Amino acid sequence: MTSFTELFESCSWGETKKSIYDKTAADVEQALHTSTRSLEDFKALISPAAAPYLEQMAQISRSLTLKRFGRIVQMYVPLYLSNECNNICTYCGFSYDNKVRRKTLSAIEVMQEAAVIKDMGYDHVLLVTGEANQSVHTDYFKKVLDLLRPHFSHLSMEIQPLDLEDYKELMHYGLNTVLVYQETYHREDYKKHHPKGKKSNFQYRLETPDRLGQAGIHKMGLGVLIGLEDWRTDSFFTAMHLNYLEKKYWQSKYSISFPRLRPFSGGLEPKVVMNDKELTQLICAYRIFNEEVELSISTRESESFRNNIIKLGITAISAGSKTNPGGYATELDSLEQFEISDERSAAEIAAMIRTQGYEPVWKDWDISLTR
Amino acid sequence: MLKIANKTFQSRLFTGTGKFSSALEMEQALVASGSELVTVALKRVDLKNSDDDILNHLKYPHISLLPNTSGVRNAKEAVFAAQMAREALETNWIKLEIHPDPKYLMPDPIETLLATEELAKLGFIVLPYIHADPVLCKRLEDAGTAAVMPLGSPIGSNKGLKTIDFLEIIISQSTVPVIIDAGIGSPSDAAKAMEIGADAVLVNTAIAVSRNPVKMAEAFKIAVEAGRMAFEAKLGSIHSYAAASSPLTSFLDD
Repeated sequence: MTSFTELFESCSWGETKKSIYDKTAADVEQALHTSTRSLEDFKALISPAAAPYLEQMAQISRSLTLKRFGRIVQMYVPLYLSNECNNICTYCGFSYDNKVRRKTLSAIEVMQEAAVIKDMGYDHVLLVTGEANQSVHTDYFKKVLDLLRPHFSHLSMEIQPLDLEDYKELMHYGLNTVLVYQETYHREDYKKHHPKGKKSNFQYRLETPDRLGQAGIHKMGLGVLIGLEDWRTDSFFTAMHLNYLEKKYWQSKYSISFPRLRPFSGGLEPKVVMNDKELTQLICAYRIFNEEVELSISTRESESFRNNIIKLGITAISAGSKTNPGGYATELDSLEQFEISDERSAAEIAAMIRTQGYEPVWKDWDISLTR
Repeated sequence: MLKIANKTFQSRLFTGTGKFSSALEMEQALVASGSELVTVALKRVDLKNSDDDILNHLKYPHISLLPNTSGVRNAKEAVFAAQMAREALETNWIKLEIHPDPKYLMPDPIETLLATEELAKLGFIVLPYIHADPVLCKRLEDAGTAAVMPLGSPIGSNKGLKTIDFLEIIISQSTVPVIIDAGIGSPSDAAKAMEIGADAVLVNTAIAVSRNPVKMAEAFKIAVEAGRMAFEAKLGSIHSYAAASSPLTSFLDD
């Protein structure tokens, strides 16, 4: 199999959805009590039939997470480099048709933003952009990585999908992790939400993790934007993608995020609303299905949810985030991607984590390990 | 007394520093364990900062640091990381961990052998984390390893000595100390490892993730001592049949 597309195309959305909703309490109990879990077990764990088992799922998820990851939570923060974007995405503040002035950070501005982030205590940074290939391209990324590499132990990117050669090149510049969310695995809906721009190519995006695996990337992050389509079916395809990638690119690490659609300037109302109980169910289901995958939670979620969820399976958390380029220091009011929900500072989140008997970890990588 | 390279150890319990709820709790547990060799992941410490939180809690005259290369995927990366560790932490001891598979953290035998050869030539005291593979252990001896660290079961799994048959072969033929690393989930596992003749064990998860890490560290300390004493005193053999009162060969005495 050369890419995920082949496997993906062997499953229809409709049948998959039906098979999830057809799961019974007996399927859920089987999934909870077996020692190795299959994708069918994952379906049961995310199904409506698993809702009454939430407490039990949380207990299992917590103990599996403790065994693998210990009493720690990894701290990271996004650094938005640019809000320029040529794509139209119905759910995103950076969408091309949102006629607001755009900004891409200069070298000096990148360093000013980085200084503020370092002062907050961060050592792992996630670089974020829209998709503007004429100005925010591989050469720009190389310059930014050169600037930041001496100051951070771990460099991640959430940028437009690139070609294999570009990823290989960026890894030489210290790139460790790439996050690329499919948004939705529902092909027709994907077209509706991405009517224009390079992002409208569903298949190129779908095969991006394959290119990252071929490049030998250390870690990649997967996920869907929750709110666009049925979250259970979308999450199943994410898990299937993860399963495929883990087997094929066995030297890479994986992480999953579960962003729920947030309000933004000119925004879209979610088609499907996922409540807190359902998000908790999903997080626990991922952990029970896969003991090793990293699970990450962002400032999209509320204070009280974040306070309570860190013990149930989460391994990484962001805090004090700005979702606009220049948001930390150089242009506080530029266009943001979405409104965050939890506005507490990094220090406040670190203190909250300690109160729960966990240690906030700022550094869990060293640039010397890959050079 | 246990001797590895030029160093002697009173305690045969080696420990790790990951997964604790705070640096202070780690310190208290490691002190309670009596451990004299403590492994630290290079990726967790700030080598540029002399005020690193983990290292600050390990400043005891009886504790030696054993930096580990967790995170590297091949021999080349491991050798580079070991050199960084030597420079920053001023020790030529290195726990060689090359697990290119981040899911099960299985050690790569080929890259580990290559890196051991190279590091031994560069003057390092190499303690490689490996599968319980007797032939690999002999090859590592030839390559100049200071000890071998075979796994009892997958790292962090708390499953105990799943590889015991192979560990016994390794112990019986090794000319360097054998430290059982990974998978030891309870003090009874540690005692068992010592009873079969391991020179030491390395424990991290089972202490760090316990509800009371300090007490658990002490439990491991006692178990390792008890297991070692039992090994030295020689255990009675286990019989699956009763000793016959009329032996089969008694006719020979008639």
